[in-house]
Amino acid sequence: MMNAEHEIIITPPSKIPSIGWKELWRYKELFIALTWRDIAVRYKQAVLGLIWVIIQPLIAMVVFTFLFNRLGGIKSGDGTPYPIFLYVGLLIWQYFSTTLINAANSMTSNAGLIQKVYFPRLVIPATAAASALVDLVIASLILAMMMIYYKLPPKPLSIVLLPVLILTTILVSLGFGLLAAAVNVKYRDIKHALPFAVQIMMFITPVMYPINMLDSHPTTKAVMLWLNPISGVISNARAVVLGKSPVCWDVLVISLLMSISLFLLGLLYFRKAEHYFADLV
Amino acid sequence: MTPKPVISIEQIGKLYRIGSRFGSCIQLPWNRKYATRQSNTELWAIKNISFTVEEGDVVGIIGKNGAGKSTLLKVLSRITPPTEGRAFIRGRLASLLEVGTGFHPELTGRENIYMNGAILGMTRRQIARRFDEIVSFAEISRFLDTPVKRYSSGMYVRLAFAVAAHLDSEILIVDEVLSVGDASFQTKCLGKMDEASKSGRTVLFVSHNMAAVSRLCNKGVVLSNGLIDYIGSSQEAIRHYSSYERGSIPSSVIFENDDTKRANSKARFVGACLEGKNGSGGDVFFIGDEMYVRMDIIFNEPTDNIRLSFAVRNADGVGVYHCVMEDSDFRPGVLCGRVSIKARFPHLSLYPGTYYIDDLWLASGSKTLDNIEGDILSFTIAEGGSVIRRRLASNKALVHEVPEWTVDSKIPNDRLLIEGEKLCSS
Repeated sequence: MMNAEHEIIITPPSKIPSIGWKELWRYKELFIALTWRDIAVRYKQAVLGLIWVIIQPLIAMVVFTFLFNRLGGIKSGDGTPYPIFLYVGLLIWQYFSTTLINAANSMTSNAGLIQKVYFPRLVIPATAAASALVDLVIASLILAMMMIYYKLPPKPLSIVLLPVLILTTILVSLGFGLLAAAVNVKYRDIKHALPFAVQIMMFITPVMYPINMLDSHPTTKAVMLWLNPISGVISNARAVVLGKSPVCWDVLVISLLMSISLFLLGLLYFRKAEHYFADLV
Repeated sequence: MTPKPVISIEQIGKLYRIGSRFGSCIQLPWNRKYATRQSNTELWAIKNISFTVEEGDVVGIIGKNGAGKSTLLKVLSRITPPTEGRAFIRGRLASLLEVGTGFHPELTGRENIYMNGAILGMTRRQIARRFDEIVSFAEISRFLDTPVKRYSSGMYVRLAFAVAAHLDSEILIVDEVLSVGDASFQTKCLGKMDEASKSGRTVLFVSHNMAAVSRLCNKGVVLSNGLIDYIGSSQEAIRHYSSYERGSIPSSVIFENDDTKRANSKARFVGACLEGKNGSGGDVFFIGDEMYVRMDIIFNEPTDNIRLSFAVRNADGVGVYHCVMEDSDFRPGVLCGRVSIKARFPHLSLYPGTYYIDDLWLASGSKTLDNIEGDILSFTIAEGGSVIRRRLASNKALVHEVPEWTVDSKIPNDRLLIEGEKLCSS
């Protein structure tokens, strides 16, 4: 009945955090169950249910198109119709902001679980990233319909590049999300600051305008691309999916490298802080 | 080679910083300088905890609130790391520190079973295999597809416990979870725990319910202020614990001399207490134990013809005994000054439960000298004990009696109870 495989040694936490992939893998069932719970619970007792996932970006698209395109005169820059240009940006931005905010609050909103059951705490913010991914896929159906309507075929390269771009988005969102989650356990200021910060960040990310608009401000553009990997992701996603402008390979590589570093930073910080979550949350 | 213990705990300690470290970000430098930090804000919730648990042991962890029981379980469940020391756990461990962790009110009973199972470490397949068992144990089959927010609290608790009770783990850590639910469900839960321990599982069990600890556990650990106070058999541990932990009605009392009428009396009670074998204090006894009721009396002048009585009631207020000294052959003669009179129960035979000593009465001849009414002392008869061979259902009887049983197979025909009929064919 007993075997060495299940021997657990409990010691004070070590100074150097490790990621513990093996253990994470053992808890994949919990990850799936929690993701499913997130999705199942969100739209229970709502008449429109999952349709809400589509309604939100759709309405944002209509309002922003009117404000920025019709009134403000902002153009996509490469001849793409503004609504679909905007929609791509909104989808990615929405994924980023949902994951970031949900991951940041995930520790406090699951305090009961954390204080009563052991499991790798990483499962919870990862759940936030996974359930937002489901939203992204559903909301992408509208994008597909718009692509047919505007007769914009995606680049053949998108089969390879789209997963890379999505991965980059996930890594950035989780990287920031893990940092915010770990800090939020100690300092609840994050909870108040984050929604505001995300709102401001949306304007310094090329969601509603093309990044080329900043060509006259090369320093600002460089800072934006380096520090905000989402910028690079959005402009390349437009290039790949809508097929009007060329893929910027250097930007793609920068985004990917930055996202990996951010993710690792978030991951290690989270792992280091994780031990005290149950005591502080 | 002797097998390694399932759990070995070596010098585990857990330090908490109490008080707010994060009160405000406006911490002025001079405040920081003069703030008294260090020792008064640090608290060892547990310290120097070392013991081992062998396979199949059912260990009861008892102690007052704040003694460190829950912290110890949290450390062993890996919810919080220890500050020092090490522990080895060999086997799959499931811990149940709360009933219904991870239950979501919006999800249905069925969905929550899978959800809760996953949280407690079961795979989907394991849950599916035991699904029917869980549902029938929880008695909620009719409401399987109703959101649990519409459940009654009883249904909720039953479902939550049912999932946990069907965990397939080798080691089970259980915190005070049996205090929920109605009496019949508690009995059911205890039965399930009994089953778990009989099937060779190792169980660590925290409870304030001494009857449950006594029934389920073979070992006991008493914690006090974060330190181990006692380790031994569960029954010894319970005795040890109860010797310093007393309920609202104690097992010893000193009567205040607050009443002039009493103070002027020729004699009065000054104190009373319960004693076990060899004069040891305590308020927990087992069937078959020896118990003394000791009454300390001051006689202000030589008194003859002393009469003394007291009553024993159960928790429902039903009188069990009325003990009157005149019923015995004992006659103390003339007494003066401070004396202790003891009544010995050589062989307690009350069913498990709480009992109260009530209505002390002292008289000389026909003149009442002192009378103290109300519940004065309390004691508990715990389940188990050396002479008990089965589980006693507390609603079945008040007094445990073992008659002499005989068999007679050669009864003359004329003494058969039912005449003319052959009871057994020869």
